[in-house]
Amino acid sequence: MSESAPSTAEARRLAEEARARVRFEEEALELSDQVYRVARRLAGSREEAEDLVQQTYERAFRSWRQFTPGTNMRAWLLRILTNLNIDRGRRQQRSPQTTSLDTEAGDYFLYNKLEAQSPDGAVDEDRVLERLSQDSIVDALAEVPHDFRDVIVLVDIGDFSYADAAQILDIPIGTVMSRLHRGRRILKRNLADTVVPT
Amino acid sequence: MQPFLDGVLSHDEVVEAQRHLDKCNWCAKRYHFEERLRHYVRVATIEPMSAELKQKLAALRTPL
Repeated sequence: MSESAPSTAEARRLAEEARARVRFEEEALELSDQVYRVARRLAGSREEAEDLVQQTYERAFRSWRQFTPGTNMRAWLLRILTNLNIDRGRRQQRSPQTTSLDTEAGDYFLYNKLEAQSPDGAVDEDRVLERLSQDSIVDALAEVPHDFRDVIVLVDIGDFSYADAAQILDIPIGTVMSRLHRGRRILKRNLADTVVPT
Repeated sequence: MQPFLDGVLSHDEVVEAQRHLDKCNWCAKRYHFEERLRHYVRVATIEPMSAELKQKLAALRTPL
């Protein structure tokens, strides 16, 4: 009898751990739509995004003990995904050079351009937004160099805070803010190319 | 305007920004455009996950 006591405790511990693991996996799977949504825009193609998400979940389920319950699991998953994305050598790819163009394009580049173009100086927002097809937005975003795009995707599409984005990408929060600012300018310049006939 | 749109300003700063937008048409127009554009980008970039991937992920679960 004295020998079975510790093994009962051990069995209980194992059962508790198994339940924690199931909870973890369920919670992670509930986030998969949101994880994919961000992954799709971080990756260059649908196939790449699907591979990344699958590898992320494989890794997450293997190392689930490293997750601290009560912290932001979505950010934790995205951190894994971002690291995998970097491991794939995406960083070695030559990103399109940002020319000085984006420094010429201010925050209101698109709006100013539209305003200057309309005869009475009034911008019809509905008409402008209608002209932006879904494809043109996706393309304009894809053409933003990845360092800037990552931040836009996490903050503007993934709804992550500056602090979460900084942690996910392992960069200072100030860098998140400056890349976000510059990235949005580049995005608007790209959109202006679609919307404003030259 | 960017921090305002991102919702990272303090309460006092928000009040000040709001007060400015109320009386400055130039900024107000740009603010509304920015806000709508951002929403538009967010909606336009949604691409649902395939059912196959969803199944693959579910299959990764530890068997009970």
